[in-house]
Amino acid sequence: MILAVAKNRLFNLRRDRAAFVLAFVLPVAFFTIFAGIFSGSGRSSTRRIPLAVVDEDGSDGSRRFVAALRAEAGLDARTAPVAPEAKDSAAPPPPYTAASAERAVRAGDLPIALIIPKGFGERPIVFGPGRDASRPTLRVLADSSDPIAPQVVQGLLQRVAMTAMPGAMARGGMEEVDRWSGGLTPEQKARMEDALRSLDAPPPPGQAETPRPAATRAGAPGLVAVDVRDVVGEAKRNPTVTFYAAGLGVMFLLFSATGAGGALIEEAESGTLDRILSTRISMTRLLIGKLVYLTAVGVVQLVLMFVWGEIFFGLELLPHLAGFAVMTVATALASSAFGLMLASICRTRMQLVAIANLSILLMSAIGGSFYPRFLMSEKLQRFGLLTLNAWAIDGFQKIFWRDEPAWSVWPQVLVLVGCCVLFVAVARRVARKWELA
Amino acid sequence: MPTSALPLEIRELSKSFGSRPALDGVQLSLSPGEIVGLLGPNGAGKTTLVRSVAGRVRPDGGTLRIFGMEPERDEARSARGWVPQEIALYPLLSPTENLWTFGRYQGMSKAALERGIRKSLEWIGLADRADEKTDRLSGGMKRRLNIAAGTIHEPRLLLLDEPTVGVDPQSRERIYAMIQELRASGVSLLYTTHYMEEAERLCDRIAIIDHGRIIASGTKDELVRQTVGGRQTLTVEAESALPSALAAELSRRGGQVDGASARLPVQAAGDEIRGVLETFHAANVPVRNLTLQSPSLEQVFLQLTGRELRE
Repeated sequence: MILAVAKNRLFNLRRDRAAFVLAFVLPVAFFTIFAGIFSGSGRSSTRRIPLAVVDEDGSDGSRRFVAALRAEAGLDARTAPVAPEAKDSAAPPPPYTAASAERAVRAGDLPIALIIPKGFGERPIVFGPGRDASRPTLRVLADSSDPIAPQVVQGLLQRVAMTAMPGAMARGGMEEVDRWSGGLTPEQKARMEDALRSLDAPPPPGQAETPRPAATRAGAPGLVAVDVRDVVGEAKRNPTVTFYAAGLGVMFLLFSATGAGGALIEEAESGTLDRILSTRISMTRLLIGKLVYLTAVGVVQLVLMFVWGEIFFGLELLPHLAGFAVMTVATALASSAFGLMLASICRTRMQLVAIANLSILLMSAIGGSFYPRFLMSEKLQRFGLLTLNAWAIDGFQKIFWRDEPAWSVWPQVLVLVGCCVLFVAVARRVARKWELA
Repeated sequence: MPTSALPLEIRELSKSFGSRPALDGVQLSLSPGEIVGLLGPNGAGKTTLVRSVAGRVRPDGGTLRIFGMEPERDEARSARGWVPQEIALYPLLSPTENLWTFGRYQGMSKAALERGIRKSLEWIGLADRADEKTDRLSGGMKRRLNIAAGTIHEPRLLLLDEPTVGVDPQSRERIYAMIQELRASGVSLLYTTHYMEEAERLCDRIAIIDHGRIIASGTKDELVRQTVGGRQTLTVEAESALPSALAAELSRRGGQVDGASARLPVQAAGDEIRGVLETFHAANVPVRNLTLQSPSLEQVFLQLTGRELRE
């Protein structure tokens, strides 16, 4: 009889084309959009930061500095606005000035601008503590709504200055040595100056204009030799796809389960529930039957999304089938029970929609469905553990990202199945309102 | 299931919702193959009584037995069918799928269900629309399907709650025929309705309920004899308002005068009609119209409850 309840819901789903599309097509469509946006960045998720550069100095040193900025992989340094697609041979836009660069940042065309002041090329690098008020200072104009860009740009500016202007850096070091050693002799200074001249030689034409490849992780040039190896995800084709498959998957499962669970309210309103409860079906069997149906639909939804992810976005499903199966069933159970519980608590469809939208969006935001939890503050990460989303995403990430075996997700499965039991118990308790008067 | 037990036996049934008593010592029983009509004004307790028999309301006191069993037992549920007043069907599902659902919920086996669905669809005349969505059917068709969903499992006791509400006369006749067929096959029916003519036409016995109690029960003739008696009502209409002397005379005879017409109870119609006409003639008041009406269930109802049935 429990299966009869599930089959009844299946009849309804088959007959309701809109519900069918919402249940199976919409999640895949959303996933495709998100995966398409984020998988296009390849292995690196760090974007190139657009940066307007204004060279008020115009010296060899500043020009070398600007060239190095344009070659820096993490920056999209521009000395002039990007020209719109020209219909015919229109004149290129004029280079940025301090005023036009500031206007561009204010208008939101760029997140950040750099003004290289007069005299920068003469003394760009100074060693020693404190700020030398006499030396020219680079000015960075930023939009405070983007907290990442200024920090990244500051770090890159330091690196670019040191690596692109070795002569200036060496001279700065020499000045410090001169001060602290009691003074270099004129011969020593002359010898050092000869050596530094080779460092100041301009790069061959065209070389500095060629940007470095985006993957600067291995053997990146710098003062200290660094080699980065991905111990997690080294061989992964598409890291962000797994995250979005899990994150969006659990969110859509929650929406779908709540929507379908609302059939209980409609049955109560139409008198059908009364009729059902006068037959041999008890309220417990009815709820379990609905849970079975919702879980089955949830499993199919997740399978569809992940299979789609494998075919079109390089998600590696087959090597992780066992873990995927375990996490899928646990997630579907928990989401279905949540939907059933909300439907039992609410008295009307409108109430259910309002409460479901609020609670699911909140859970999805805090739980990491939209934005990885490890990028949130510690407090928010802890809060996230109160959501189904966090546990489901953690479990899927363990399987797909960290390649852990299926049994390793037992904490996640325990929590999800535990939530299922709790939600069903609450639903059963609340559903008493529909039983005997 | 005890074979000798009555299909329905209710003794001293009581139920209150908060401080409001909905049932106050109801006594009622049904014999096999009998149709009992349940009449009562709104708020009289009809719905609570029907829902108690349907197993949806737990009484506070008294006993209710279906073929000798408590209504919550599975065997009682199988023996009982309920056709609620609302069209309690799944609108998106076809008649076949609706019947399948409610048949399975009654524990019918696959084979019995297949037979039952075919038979039911033929019975209600929807065999050619078996796979259409229910919400596309007409009101009359939905009502018939509503009945079929309550009888798919071949219950021996059927509760019908106003099964012809909002239905056209043709469909109503069809439903009456279905009810007669059920009775002929031995099913006992408890039938609630607001339509007096339905109760008079279909029911073997009528129970009138008011303020949670059965205040009268019996065949129509028995109820008439118990309340309004064998008296008929004579209505006389004149051309103009009756003179005061004539009105006083008619009132003395137990009549009610209203402008140009007067209504009088008569026992022996032949003699009394002549007497009344002579009275009018003596008062020099011409009679425009004369009507003799036999006692109706409506009069019985009015007499017993003091209210119209549809209040």
